[in-house]
Amino acid sequence: MNPNINPDHKLIEVEDLVTHYGSRMILKGVSLDVREGEIMVIMGGSGSGKSTLLRHLMALERHTSGTIRILGEDIARLGTRELVELRTNTGVAFQGGALFSSMTVGENIMLPLYEHTDLDRKTMEIMARMKLEVVSLAGFENLMPSELSGGMIKRAAMARAIVMDPKILFCDEPSAGLDPVVSSALDELILRLRDAMRMSVVVVTHELESVFKIADRVTVLDQGKILFIGTLDELRASPSERIQNLLNRRPEDADLDVDAYLTRLTGETVPGAASL
Amino acid sequence: MASNSQTSSITATIEKIGRTTVTAVEEIGNGGALIFESLYWLVMGRRLRQPVRLPSIFAQMMEIGIHAIPIVALMAATIGVMLAIQGIHTLRIFGAESRVTIGIALSITREFAPLITGILVAGRSGSALAARIGTMKINQEIDALYVMGINPVRFLVVPALLGTVIMVPCLTFFSDIVGLFAAGLYVNAELSISMAAYFDEVREILTTDHLMHGLSKSAIFAVLIAVIGVVNGAAVTGGAEGVGRVTTRAVVQSISAIVVTDMIFAFVVTR
Repeated sequence: MNPNINPDHKLIEVEDLVTHYGSRMILKGVSLDVREGEIMVIMGGSGSGKSTLLRHLMALERHTSGTIRILGEDIARLGTRELVELRTNTGVAFQGGALFSSMTVGENIMLPLYEHTDLDRKTMEIMARMKLEVVSLAGFENLMPSELSGGMIKRAAMARAIVMDPKILFCDEPSAGLDPVVSSALDELILRLRDAMRMSVVVVTHELESVFKIADRVTVLDQGKILFIGTLDELRASPSERIQNLLNRRPEDADLDVDAYLTRLTGETVPGAASL
Repeated sequence: MASNSQTSSITATIEKIGRTTVTAVEEIGNGGALIFESLYWLVMGRRLRQPVRLPSIFAQMMEIGIHAIPIVALMAATIGVMLAIQGIHTLRIFGAESRVTIGIALSITREFAPLITGILVAGRSGSALAARIGTMKINQEIDALYVMGINPVRFLVVPALLGTVIMVPCLTFFSDIVGLFAAGLYVNAELSISMAAYFDEVREILTTDHLMHGLSKSAIFAVLIAVIGVVNGAAVTGGAEGVGRVTTRAVVQSISAIVVTDMIFAFVVTR
């Protein structure tokens, strides 16, 4: 167990979160918390709602009911200024990097500093170089994002996410689309950020290898509900068949619902069938 | 059964008309909201510690205005010469070629300069704006701005909107001058009226009212171009193909809006 974790200090608390996309319910009452100094990995198959949960944790969407408290603040009640304040304390590394293609790598990393601090340019440049050093991209600050490889873009995005020294770092699929060596280097980087900078990290991924390498605790989502929350040992020992299927990469047996099957085939609503 | 399917096809058509109408109303609403939000950030930005940055406004003005000068000059000159040719040709029927200047001066400043400038800026910058916002949305760059605590309207839309509203009237004034000058060259060659006499006559005909008619119209075109570009870019779905689609839509919509607004403006102001 990682000694830096402070189980009494919860940086993220989600209670009974229900969300909709149009009229479709995506998250159906999710509760979880993230403690100071831990890496919480959120996993689940596609369509399980893990990306939606992350978008809500980043306050990019409005939820239907339930509460999300980040650093003690209920994000639904924050005004523009308080929300900006909160956002300077969180960092996000997006799946595709989301670097601004019209700016150099250095300018990308400096942007939060430029917008939220009154530092002079020289200081900002030094801070940006320091963060590039952390993600092993020193000397690349004058390149454009289009000149970087996939792994480098993800590391640059990580540098931009941590430039304000946030308390919480969100990573969306950090190892998706990367070769094993590069993705393992990214895992090392996440561990280093937790240990050296005492950040809490929330990682959404479906790469089992990196889950077992970095996670302090794991949340498994399935069809909008929480299937499991716990440590890696608890995960391995879980009696749940769905979790064992997930861990052993066995495909799920499809639910057998005759009415739903007929509805799908005919494209018409069968009288008496449960609506989908 | 036959009547049943007929009814359902009628219902489907009505439903389609309804949905299109709702989408259109929604987009107009989005555009209006965008203008208000832009004004809000322009006024309140500094107090919320999110000021609109002057350098980004200048960058937009450079891109929308200065870089468009060559093509605007070329088009304005062409339109000027075209008007001179047509004017002389038509007036020759009455033997009144020498009265051509009044037609040229009024149609360039009141109609052609604002219209051609608006259409060019819609094609150059309206499309670029839609493509830029659309690409940024697809690459999650807009989300990235939000999570960094940077409001995208303040950061992206206000500079573009302001840049367009400042530069399109400037470009229109510029094409007034270029168009009048080019027409003058043709009149000078064709009717042997000296340039000095031509410009004397132009100065006599043109009042501030005529110039302002064209310039204020062009400011409205500018708002239309920027807002339609942003609304379409923000509505992008479905990857690179979607960006192409919204870019085309933005250009078609803003040119149509410009032409229709031009007519309405002329109708309202000249009555």
